[in-house]
Amino acid sequence: MATKTIIRKRDINLNGNGTHKDAPEKRLEVLKTYKIYIGGQFPRTESGRYYVASNNRNEKLANVCLCSRKDFRDAMVSARGAFGGWSARAAFNRGQILYRIAEMLEGRKAQFIEELVKQDSTRAQAEAEVNLAIDRLIYYSGWCDKYQQVFSSVNPVASSHFNFSSPEPTGVVAAVAPQCDSLIGLVSVIAPVIAGGNTCVVLASSTKPLCAVTFAEVLNSSDVPGGVVNILTGKVSELISYFADHMDVNATVYCESDSSVQAMLKEKGAANVKRIVLYDKVKWKSEDAQSPYFIYDLQEIKTTWHPIENIGGAKAGY
Amino acid sequence: MASTISMPDFSLSPHVDQVGIEERASRVTKRSIKNETKINGLKLALNMIDLTTLEGKDTDGKVKQLCYKAQHLHDQYPGLPTVAAVCVYPSMVKTAKTALGDSGIKVAAVATAFPSGQAPRDVKIRDTKFAVDQGADEIDMVISRGKFHQGEYNFVFDEIAAVKEACGDARLKVILETGELVTYDKVRRASDIAMYAGADFIKTSTGKISPAATLPVTLVMLEAIRDFYYKTGKKIAMKPAGGISKAKLALHYLVLLNEVLGEEWMNNEWFRFGASSLANDILMQLMKQKTGVYQSADYFSID
Repeated sequence: MATKTIIRKRDINLNGNGTHKDAPEKRLEVLKTYKIYIGGQFPRTESGRYYVASNNRNEKLANVCLCSRKDFRDAMVSARGAFGGWSARAAFNRGQILYRIAEMLEGRKAQFIEELVKQDSTRAQAEAEVNLAIDRLIYYSGWCDKYQQVFSSVNPVASSHFNFSSPEPTGVVAAVAPQCDSLIGLVSVIAPVIAGGNTCVVLASSTKPLCAVTFAEVLNSSDVPGGVVNILTGKVSELISYFADHMDVNATVYCESDSSVQAMLKEKGAANVKRIVLYDKVKWKSEDAQSPYFIYDLQEIKTTWHPIENIGGAKAGY
Repeated sequence: MASTISMPDFSLSPHVDQVGIEERASRVTKRSIKNETKINGLKLALNMIDLTTLEGKDTDGKVKQLCYKAQHLHDQYPGLPTVAAVCVYPSMVKTAKTALGDSGIKVAAVATAFPSGQAPRDVKIRDTKFAVDQGADEIDMVISRGKFHQGEYNFVFDEIAAVKEACGDARLKVILETGELVTYDKVRRASDIAMYAGADFIKTSTGKISPAATLPVTLVMLEAIRDFYYKTGKKIAMKPAGGISKAKLALHYLVLLNEVLGEEWMNNEWFRFGASSLANDILMQLMKQKTGVYQSADYFSID
């Protein structure tokens, strides 16, 4: 029987200079590429540009995609494509999916905490922020099949009609996430949008973009259909005007207090009568930053006149 | 003139280099097109469209609506061209003809037991004659793919020739249904048969089978047209149909056309797009170029 020679890694002299081979190996770390999220996929920006995200200690955190208007256009196409299916889902099912996002976020808590710490949070702050984000998703998950009942009404009319009003999703929402938070702001903006049956294109915080990309991975593994949430990274100043004038955007959400930008949004948004929703006074870590009215802000009220039989001269009961 | 064309042996049609064709077709998608050229290209593409409705549920109303759309693509944009033709089933030809009036837009009818073509020859001839009698300017016929696969090229040839005769003055488009022919070699052979048998147009697909028109298949057919032109001096028109719904893709087709057949073919007498939703996408791109603002389908007519 032939003898078999087993070659172990430590037997090989890698540097070839006769030095001892038992020196501890240094592992080459695999760094994450922070890409954007469009239509359920993780492409790089079509522009090929990037910027360097760094923290207060001037440490380089990552090269992040610097999205262009074409990325926004592509994201809009997939958001529009996903709208029909998402808005037609049973409200209860949307609630299940939001709950699933929270579950997935819980499972990857440690990663988010690490990223928040890298982006200048203390460990305690980071942990509190991630917990709050998870709880907020659960909160909106519960509202998915209830806000319709709260905001609907049966209206008294003088004819023999059953007249009722109920909210319907406005369509595709283009949102600029709060710039000061990495995770909680993003989650607080996205959750009420999709809970209400809308789809969205969200521009993440440009100074703290890490959690946004990781959150996209959470969305991707939690039954959210591709295109329902699209996340871009880049400069607000470069992209904001397209959020305002794209004719296929039904509502624009803006969370900063720059009054000239607010005025520009209102002016350009008038071309197709967009809803311009300004959340410049919301403290995203407070209790006030969650309520069914955030869902209501992105709903259209549809009123239906349903003819009813007027039997024997009796008045309608409504 | 026709008698001077000598008939080749179709089993000796040139073979197609699949890798080469696909590589070359993919290269036209990477051209950079400047704005002014893009606008001209989009308008030209709009003018080459055969606006199509071929459904079992087509009604007079639907055809009238389509004909109105053909004449008024987007009235907010003055100076737009109209589409080239409206393409309908033979039973709708009269409705379309009346609705289009003297707009100059042609009426094309699919005939010969479209889309399968599985009917006896006399039925196909009557189908064709009916459409022509109703006033169709163009006839879109399908070839018998089953017979073609069996190698009965003479049958296919004779059938096309017979339908051509039934067409009279109407121009004949021969649909190869490339999705069912499968290989480029067979597409090339079917193109040769159709052109020698008297086709005025060769057309890729019915739109009922996937894959429909693709860039490589169109390239194979354009090369067949070029070779036929060099051999006989006779120009044949081309119509890719099915699956072309985006303006950008339409521009790729125009680039391909220009590179293979040149400027002589760059008009709606020699090139058409069979499409229903392409027109709206082109209109949206034109409005984007005009206003600088991305458009929404909400502000364009329903197909």
